[in-house]
Amino acid sequence: MLHTPTTEAQACAVVASIVEARIPLAVRGGGTRSGLGRPDNAVSTLSSAGLSGITLYEPAEMVIGARAGTPLKLIEQTLAERGQMLPFEPMDHRALLGSEGEPTIGAIAAGNISGPRRINAGAARDSLIGIKLINGRGELVKSGGRVMKNVTGLDLVKLVAGSFGTLGFLTEVTFRVLPRPERVVTLIWEGLSDEAAVALLSAALGSPFEPMAAAHLPAGIGGEDARTLLRLENFSASISYRAAELARLLKAHGRPELIEGRGSDKLWREVRDAAFFAGGDEAVWRLSLAPTNGPKATAAIARAIPQARWFYDWGGGLVWLAVPAHGDAGAAAIRTATKPLGGHATLVRAPDAVRAVVPVFEPLAESLMRVSADIKKSFDPAGIFEPGRMYAGI
Amino acid sequence: MSAIAFPEPRAEILARRESILAGLARLVVPEALITSEDERRPYETDALTAYRRMPLAVVLPSTTQEVAAVLRYCGEQGVPVVPRGAGTSLAGGAIPQEDAVVIGVSKMNRILEIDYANRVAKVQAGVTNLAVTGAVSADGFFYAPDPSSQLACSIGGNIGMNSGGAHCLKYGVTTNNVLGVTLVMLDGSIVEIGGAHLDAPGLDLLGLIVGSEGQLGIVTEATVRILRSAEGARPVLFGFPTSEQAGAAVAAIIGAGIIPVAMEFMDKPAIEICEAFAKAGYPMDVEALLIIEVEGSDAEMDAQLARIVAIAREHGVKTVKESKSAMETAAIWKGRKSAFGATGRIADYICMDGTIPTGQLPFVLRRMDEIIKGYGLRVANVFHAGDGNLHPLILYNCNDPVEAQKAEDAGNDILKLCVEVGGCLTGEHGVGIEKRDLMTVQFNEADLHQQQRVRAVFDPRWLLNPAKVFPLEGRIAA
Repeated sequence: MLHTPTTEAQACAVVASIVEARIPLAVRGGGTRSGLGRPDNAVSTLSSAGLSGITLYEPAEMVIGARAGTPLKLIEQTLAERGQMLPFEPMDHRALLGSEGEPTIGAIAAGNISGPRRINAGAARDSLIGIKLINGRGELVKSGGRVMKNVTGLDLVKLVAGSFGTLGFLTEVTFRVLPRPERVVTLIWEGLSDEAAVALLSAALGSPFEPMAAAHLPAGIGGEDARTLLRLENFSASISYRAAELARLLKAHGRPELIEGRGSDKLWREVRDAAFFAGGDEAVWRLSLAPTNGPKATAAIARAIPQARWFYDWGGGLVWLAVPAHGDAGAAAIRTATKPLGGHATLVRAPDAVRAVVPVFEPLAESLMRVSADIKKSFDPAGIFEPGRMYAGI
Repeated sequence: MSAIAFPEPRAEILARRESILAGLARLVVPEALITSEDERRPYETDALTAYRRMPLAVVLPSTTQEVAAVLRYCGEQGVPVVPRGAGTSLAGGAIPQEDAVVIGVSKMNRILEIDYANRVAKVQAGVTNLAVTGAVSADGFFYAPDPSSQLACSIGGNIGMNSGGAHCLKYGVTTNNVLGVTLVMLDGSIVEIGGAHLDAPGLDLLGLIVGSEGQLGIVTEATVRILRSAEGARPVLFGFPTSEQAGAAVAAIIGAGIIPVAMEFMDKPAIEICEAFAKAGYPMDVEALLIIEVEGSDAEMDAQLARIVAIAREHGVKTVKESKSAMETAAIWKGRKSAFGATGRIADYICMDGTIPTGQLPFVLRRMDEIIKGYGLRVANVFHAGDGNLHPLILYNCNDPVEAQKAEDAGNDILKLCVEVGGCLTGEHGVGIEKRDLMTVQFNEADLHQQQRVRAVFDPRWLLNPAKVFPLEGRIAA
């Protein structure tokens, strides 16, 4: 059954009735990311489609608030009209997951969905400053607010960001925003090995020239030759200066090509959306590691899974990995490689049957699992919200 | 002052003091256990000195394992625990109670690892904020959150309170700069959350721990983000004839797409107090001062400043004064960062910490003035203008109980005003005991109960820093 409340009060009433009947409930925005996490066994769906619209926009205060079902497109257009943007460049999962629909701002919060800018400007959770959520008691709970400096009480905003609907139904979210840069350019070095590329990216990210995004595409990913990418965003005068300084700092790696405009935008959209893996039937993983451990992890994985393909974002710290989808979709080999390096792996795309048996999110230490399960219960004692979406019991 | 209530110490715990001390003595080396009244005295308050309580005992462990042993013991014995970093909380976050054991992390003050390639440092919780920057500054790096107390305050305390500072407009607050922690829970279990990578798996427990005011466990180690310093930084002083004009200039700068690394506001009383102390060359013939800092190469700073100066001129700026040397820069920041200390030289004060939407600034400044005058008191205003985090310093005489009560009442009125206009009770100092009883102004019962239910996952018996954050009445345990 599909519930589409148009007010918070209606949504509270829906949740209260469902709690009574103990019906597993899927939480939906635009539905473009419903393939993330473990496959759901929900009987009913609670949609945010009826809760749409921007509730607050103060450009001079760099803050925007909107009902959870507001299309992301509307948020981005509204911000662009005033020369602003979301700081964290949220990924669009449609190409990778082959899904349709309009992404919503609520799902950006619920999934903590970020992109290449995350390495410098923080994740969605770092810009999310306020939420309203209906918990599993049918109560409307607020946390945070509309100001960016706020340490009043426990930070439930962070807890809800990235909880994939397991703690409740978001009705409204408020984000910090930033001015759009005057000029954006991309520096590209060709032909580097993974290790050399990550060394270049580390040197650049550790320089005073503030690259806002740093990625490496090995040979065969979107092109014949390996490409190492740094993106600069700033006032026009600074861009020329900083691009020249970075080229000088990194001259041991060769001379970079500089691109901007459509070509640059398209390239970063592909990195952001892992578009290089769109359309295929491989399983796709997302590995988070300390940047210098990125190439170590991929080398170990390649030994176990020779067909594996990958590229790096976040200076080497985010590895997008495509492997054959059969068996455990490489889970054992991948996690054996990442865990000793202090990182973790998430299965982003795989057939339902695989995601039903392979832990999609990195298994947690027992004590953290117990705490997480208890937190889930504290929000949702009857266990109705997206049961098992993240882990069995959460 | 005695307006803020403490829970009645439990007689059965006080009666067991000798046995509890003996139990603690079995867990740590003798130097780590403080029991004499003289030696406990420095731990009876923090920077909210109007309130104090003598703790049952103080333990200063040297290792995570010692913290775990002590915490497990206190948990088993049902003894309240008050975690303590450097004791610089302005909100009373580290003030103990008579039936509690203070666990201080000040001896855990080693920097464990610096990793420039991955731009992280691993430090123990007792390391001071400034020591992190000190350890990496020779190589051109820094740790971004910079509370005014950064010389003394600890990373553990910063994590407890989610501390901010003057430069968070660009670099964020503690929660945006911590990647991992080692947390000791009340049952003595030691858990690792996050690490040198981004976005730990599962629910964001790291985001929950930061700012939890020592109520979920004790952080003993942290992995923090270190950043490369800009090529240069230059603060500029802008003096305005009125606070409204200064506020409008701030909004216009942000509206023009410029995010200076810091934008600090001082009103006339604050300018006078800080100038007398720091001799920073602040203009004395203006009603409001903005310290705006820009970063980059010389040419970049010139270009950015030219834009900012043009905007300031459109808003009637009277004085523009650039720092011409590293010494001048240091003096400018010394004046601002010593605002609290300098104020303390001329009067007792309480420092408020509410945040408001910056668009409400002119209204709030006017209302605040009326509130303060209504109580017959004086106020000096310093605040982070870019993010609306206010620090009115309410001046009073602590030996006059009537005036002290007035100061506290005026402070409460101001914080209520902050909430009314869409802001919050505390932007970076934390709730502690100071704002505990105002929590119901900002949150309704459902909000507070959800927070307490999450808290109860870690401490269902209210043993960890129990007198703080939540009003004493109406608490729930699950």
